[in-house]
Amino acid sequence: MSDLRELYQEVILDHNRSPRNFGFLKDADCRADGHNPLCGDRLAIAAKIVDGVVADLRFEGSGCAISKASASLMTEAVKGKTVDEFHRLFERFRGLVTDENVSVNDAALGKLAVFAGVRDYPARVKCAILAWHTLRSAFDETQEIVSTE
Amino acid sequence: MSVAQRTVTVDRSSFDIRYIRKQFPVLAQTVRGKPLVYLDNAATTQKPQVVIDTLSRYYTAENANIHRGVYELSQNATRAYEDARSKIAAFLNAAEPAEIVFTRNATEGINLVAQTFGRSKVGAGDEVVISEMEHHSNIVPWQLLCEEKGARLRVVPINDDGELMLEELSSLLGPRTKLVSIVHMSNSLGTVNPVRQVVELAHKLDIPVLIDGSQAAYHMSVDVRELDCDFYVVTGHKLYGPTGIGALYGRRRLLDAMPPYQGGGDMISSVTFEQTTYNELPHKFEAGTPHIAGAIGLGAAVDFIAEVGFGAIAAHECQLLEYATAALSRVPGLRLIGTAREKASILSFVLDGVHPHDVGTVVDTEGVAIRTGHHCTQPVMDRFGVPATARASLAMYNTTDEVDHLVMALAKVREVFA
Repeated sequence: MSDLRELYQEVILDHNRSPRNFGFLKDADCRADGHNPLCGDRLAIAAKIVDGVVADLRFEGSGCAISKASASLMTEAVKGKTVDEFHRLFERFRGLVTDENVSVNDAALGKLAVFAGVRDYPARVKCAILAWHTLRSAFDETQEIVSTE
Repeated sequence: MSVAQRTVTVDRSSFDIRYIRKQFPVLAQTVRGKPLVYLDNAATTQKPQVVIDTLSRYYTAENANIHRGVYELSQNATRAYEDARSKIAAFLNAAEPAEIVFTRNATEGINLVAQTFGRSKVGAGDEVVISEMEHHSNIVPWQLLCEEKGARLRVVPINDDGELMLEELSSLLGPRTKLVSIVHMSNSLGTVNPVRQVVELAHKLDIPVLIDGSQAAYHMSVDVRELDCDFYVVTGHKLYGPTGIGALYGRRRLLDAMPPYQGGGDMISSVTFEQTTYNELPHKFEAGTPHIAGAIGLGAAVDFIAEVGFGAIAAHECQLLEYATAALSRVPGLRLIGTAREKASILSFVLDGVHPHDVGTVVDTEGVAIRTGHHCTQPVMDRFGVPATARASLAMYNTTDEVDHLVMALAKVREVFA
């Protein structure tokens, strides 16, 4: 069971059950949709930006525990940060879930370190990074539905 | 629950599950320290040693290109390849081997019909009829054809049990209908369709019928003449055979009238820059060097199935399906998707509050292999209002112990997500 507990840590299960910042954001400055059709994860993310800072960030959608928890923890981590800081965090997070050599003790990652367990489940990496790619697409205004498959 | 079968007598005494399992070397492994419980047969089946040995022997001692050499090795390979074709013809009870075209898989078989029969027979304002439960391989080729020709795709709905609504099919057939293409057994619902009746209804209006037998062909014996269908597709890797090989059965009269599919070597009779004439059936539809080893391996696979016998296989799987359906129905929060009266070997389900993807990951840690996702049937998922399902699919080597394992693994899912 310890293997599984590495992936489905309590924090992740909690955010899956009660996702933070879940809901529709009126007056958003940017939005994007993410959809992984093969596994059925679907996210819509919206952000409000004031003076380069992410003032509000919400998401809606349905999907597996990993994708929901990742979106929830992402909104907590990114709210109040600048768009540039998001881009740096994006790279760190991507490194965390794909590269064994990335340290989980990276202070900048904070609670996001719980996703380190995803490394042992390569099929779930796309679930963990869907929200991140979707938010990046919202900031970049690519206007296309994001998929991480 | 009943499974259509040609033979009525069942010699259960000859079905030795331990002997059967020993024939499949893959089953003897462990996954994350637990014995493998392989329940994803609808995705692909495992291979018996005799098929593996056939492939190995072919490449070790028998390999040569076919249809062209005068030397012994080539003649032997040609005979083995054509013998395999005869075996498939016998397996499906086609009138003659020339009505069996080797393809890469069932998807290619359907595309072949769409691009040759379809392109020549379907015009603007014409209609093609499929069902709501089709696999994408029996949807997209027709969408492409209809788009190209300005034709219409009509869809027969299914009811809440995942059964085809025959009355609706009748109302969809008309003078503009050029083809009905229907799945024999649904890969996501397990429903076995009344294809004999579908053919009867269609033939009353002279409409030809293609049947997708990808799932049906390894669970029950198929007799294309008894079904009276015009086309029937199967795929080798689901028939306990190699990947990369499949077969299309086509009624001679229709195949003769169809233009070629791919151009190249072997499908021609003579080539000049002024004019090229085509080879006779079935070679007209087999351009280039085929998957020779694959065909011969598939021949060995259908021999193996015939030896075990569909009477015994179907009886074993039917019992297993009943056992598994009862066991899964007792799992709290589990809802079965696909509850047709006529069903075989497939159990799709959703678990309250847990996404199928998470179900699959957790049971994998117990060595249980099931599939999660939309199973290439997104319309079915939409119909039942679910993003995906978890699917356990049975084959001849599965046991009630393995079903118990799945149930135990599902209890673990509950634990993790409590």
